[in-house]
This record gives sequence, structure tokens and C-alpha cells, in this order.
Amino acid sequence: MTEFDYLSVRAQFPVLMQTLNRGLRPTFLDSGASAQKPACVIAKEREVEEQYFANAYRGRYLFGARVDDELEAARQKVAVFLGASSPQQVAFVPGCTAGLNMVAFGWANKHIHPGDEILITLMEHHANFVPWQQVALERSANLRFIPMTDDGRLDLDRIDEVLTSRTKVISVCGMSNVLGTINPIAELAKIAHSSGAILVVDGAQSVPHMASRVQETDVDFLVFSGHKLYGPTGVGVLYGKADRLEALDPTVFGGHMIDRVWADRSTWATAPAKFEAGTLPIVQAIGLGAAVDWVNSVGLEAIHQHEQNLLAEATRRLSDFPGIRIFGPGLEHKGAILSFRFDDLHPEDLALMLDRKAVFTRHGHHCTMPLHDLLGVSATTRVSFGAYNGTDDIDALVGAIEFAREKLGVSGVQNK
Amino acid sequence: MTIQELLSEYEELVDWEEQCDYLIDIGRELPVFPEEFKTDSNIVHGCQSRVWLVAGLDQSHDHEFVRLQADSDAMIVRGLIAVLLAAYQNKTPQQVLDTDIEGLFERMGLNRHLSSSRRNGLHGMVERIRRYASEIVGAEGSQ
Ligand SMILES: Cc1ncc(COP(=O)(O)O)c(C=O)c1O
Repeated sequence: MTEFDYLSVRAQFPVLMQTLNRGLRPTFLDSGASAQKPACVIAKEREVEEQYFANAYRGRYLFGARVDDELEAARQKVAVFLGASSPQQVAFVPGCTAGLNMVAFGWANKHIHPGDEILITLMEHHANFVPWQQVALERSANLRFIPMTDDGRLDLDRIDEVLTSRTKVISVCGMSNVLGTINPIAELAKIAHSSGAILVVDGAQSVPHMASRVQETDVDFLVFSGHKLYGPTGVGVLYGKADRLEALDPTVFGGHMIDRVWADRSTWATAPAKFEAGTLPIVQAIGLGAAVDWVNSVGLEAIHQHEQNLLAEATRRLSDFPGIRIFGPGLEHKGAILSFRFDDLHPEDLALMLDRKAVFTRHGHHCTMPLHDLLGVSATTRVSFGAYNGTDDIDALVGAIEFAREKLGVSGVQNK
Repeated sequence: MTIQELLSEYEELVDWEEQCDYLIDIGRELPVFPEEFKTDSNIVHGCQSRVWLVAGLDQSHDHEFVRLQADSDAMIVRGLIAVLLAAYQNKTPQQVLDTDIEGLFERMGLNRHLSSSRRNGLHGMVERIRRYASEIVGAEGSQ
């Protein structure tokens, strides 16, 4: 295997090539929250703004036509990237949260009735938790949770405890944003379909790190955000099987999703337009196409391997610290996320000290309060990797943790 | 420590690095907070870390002084608590309300150096203290 040249990858990210105060280099370990953008994505956004910006699907003039072509090209790139059979199955939405809400409420409209069941997990991000909880409350349906193993994997051996003939939806993350757990999507799709349910995947964390293969895995819907895939903010993708998109009601109305409006009723355009109400995030969607090109140019599989190596290395080195608790399963079940907590060092203090060394991590509940309740801690520190990270970042992290421990004199301090 | 003493030490320090260390040091010296006060009702919401705050009146002098006790599981927050205690110590409820705490935070550069979630937590504590003081002032005004 050839060595992954992370330094030349990093050199494509202007934000990471800066020198900060006191000569520090930014050690960016928060790509799970939002990834940085390579110069080619920034350039693409600039190109749209400077050369041919116009609203999409409206103006049949030079700029408008160019924007339409660029958007369709971006749609096509995303479709291929996800392994979808057609770009018509890719709708541009405002983001992962918006997309998951659209699926939950749009599906509930016709397909979830009182007494039906919705199956999610306790490791879901609030974006894939609360919409289903609210749908369940509105529809008098039951929200249930797939049992988990002690190390934070789904325990599919026990799925029969919660799967019933009334289960209408299973919705899970492809990869947990805290535990890093990679969920067995193909297996879950089989389970869902065998009991007449659909499988919805929150791909926010999985899409940037591993091939989604939506046809092979047979998922019904998959949603993700562009900004975690080295693309712009404000745009995400809702993928669905053709028949599922047809069966999904729109929940946002107006603009290009309309087919015909009468005084008393309306009809909708077909997918993907049906889910693209209002003016699209045009520049961002085109920028997302450029981000997909960029990922392909480096190679998703190569990025995955590199990140897994970093994860292994970071896990090994952090495990040497006394009093550290690393959450989530073993490396073979997890992706580029490492969450931990020290017995004697509060995440709040650690974050402050790491920041002083320009090591950027995230701490808190990471929008997963039910998971943190389960883990029995109010906050964790999370390190997440992207293609531009390297062993030098792990060195910086370890050094900054040592600095924090020394400054805070943790050995002599009680912390409950 | 009075707030003047605190400020004169703090402003000697050359940069946020040193000031941050200083805050952590003064946080270490906070008076012990009784374990039995660590109850849900004493928790200040809006903080990333856990913060407990108890306000009471010290009536053993000619004037009633607001007496504060607080604690947190994060050391930097304990440092901020130490600042609040210094700012509000030996003050009557009316003086608490009259204290320009925002001006103090500005002078110490806290608004600049603390992330917005930490600032929210700090303001949560201030709100709690001010609400307590204004309840006392209100009750006395209506007697
Ligand atoms: C697993 C997961 N789902 C959903 C989201 C929400 O994504 P966005 O904020 O881009 O809508 C996130 C982002 O943190 C996430 O990690």
C-alpha cells in the first residue's frame, strides 16, 4: 500500500495553511462538525458568483441556462458518488437536519398511523431523533429503540424485542457522531423490508468517510449535509428510491416544486423537484459537486484507509493516559471519530487548554443528549478526522493534552 | 479578595494565556461548597459544565449583605465564579443590582476570550444572582 500523502492533501486547504498567533499551526480535529473546504471548492463557488450566477430553473437566458447545467452536473456527480441509479433520485435540500425532518413528516403524512411503530437508536443525533419523536407524538405512534451492546453497537440479535408487524420505519445513522460506530446498513435494510418497513439512513457522518452504495445496501432514504463532505454549508442531499420518493409527501411548498396551483388545491412536480421548494442554495449545490469531484480525485477508499489508520494511532496513544475513558466500540466497528473523557479533567477545561495550543476539538453533548444519558456523562470531548489530518495532528493533540494536564494539575484535584 | 485586588493582579498579566492560568488559580482557592447544596434546584442552567449557586442574606451586620456560594466541576468556571464572588462580596442587594458587571467582564476581556457558550453560562450565573437581589429589594420596597 502506498503511503497517503496527507501533507499534499492539506496543502489544498487554505484555512489549514495559516500560521496563527504565537506561530501555531491550526490542528483541526473537528471535521465531524464541519469539514474544511479545499481551494477548488472555494474557486468553484467563486466561479458561479463571478461568471454566471442566476436563479435556477427559471431564467432561460445565458446565465440561467449555465446555472441549470451546472446544477444538473452536480446532481449527477452526487448520484454517482452515492451509487444511485439516477440523478432524479437526488434532491438538494438545506442540509441533513432539514432532509431528515422532510422524510419524517413527509412519510408520516400517509404512512404512519396511531399504534404504528418507529424504530430508531439511542445513538442518534437529535436531527434523527427529535423529528421521529415528534411524529410519534403527533400520530400516536410508538417510538422504540434498537437495543445496544455495552460497547455501543446495535445488538441486532435482540432486534426481535422491538421489531413488530407495526414497525413502519427504521431510521439510523450510518455512523454515530459520538461513538463512531458504523452501523450495518445492508443488514438493517433487510430487516426493515422483511417486516414491511422502510430504512432511513442519516448519512451525515458516514457519507464523508465510506462508500454509501445506496443500491447495494438497499436503503430507502439517505440524507447528508454537504459541509461535512468538504463542501459548502447550506446544502444537503435527500436520496430516495424512485418509488419511495413518489410515496413521500412534500412538507415545504412553493417555487419549483409546484406542478399546478388552483385556488383550492395544488399538485406537485415529480422528484427531485418536489423536494426543492423555493430558491435552491445554488452556489452551494454546485460547490458540493466540486467537493465530490475533489473527494473522488483523492479517492474515498484511500481517505477511509488513512482515517482508519489515524483513528488506530490516536486510540493507541490516548489510551496511554491515566484516567481516560474512550467511548464506542473497537476499531473494526468504528470510523474516524474518537470521543473520550478523563476522570479528573473536565471537557470544558480540556477544550480551553487545547484551544490555547490551537488544537480544535469539540466538547459537550454533541446533540446526542439521550446517548450521553446512557453513557452517564453530561459531556465528552470529541476528536474527528478528515483527509487532511495526519500523525502530526495526533502529536499536537497528545502534546496539548499533556499541557492541559500539567496546567490543571489534575492529579491533585478532585472532580466529580 | 476584593475585586480591586483581583483586578490589579489580573491587569499585571501580559496576555490571555497568563490571565487564563490566573483564573484557574483563583478558582482553585474557592471556599469549599457544601456537598449537600449540590442539588438540582441549585443548578444554573445554560452552562456546558455543571454549576451550582446558592444565594443568601448575611444579616449579622448593620446592613444585609448578599452572600454567595458557588461551585462547578470545571476549573475555568470556578475561576469565573471567583470573579463573581469578588465582585459581589460584601454588597447589599441594591449594590448588587447597581454593580456594572458587564463593564467588569469587558475590562477583563472575558467577552473576547470566552466562547459564546461559556459567556452564556457566565450570564446565567449573573442572572441568577441579580434575580435574587431584586427579589429582596422588591420585598423590602413593598414592606
Ligand atoms: C449524525 C448526524 N446527523 C445529523 C447532523 C445534522 O447535520 P446538519 O447540522 O448539517 O443539518 C449531524 C451534524 O452534526 C450529525 O453528526
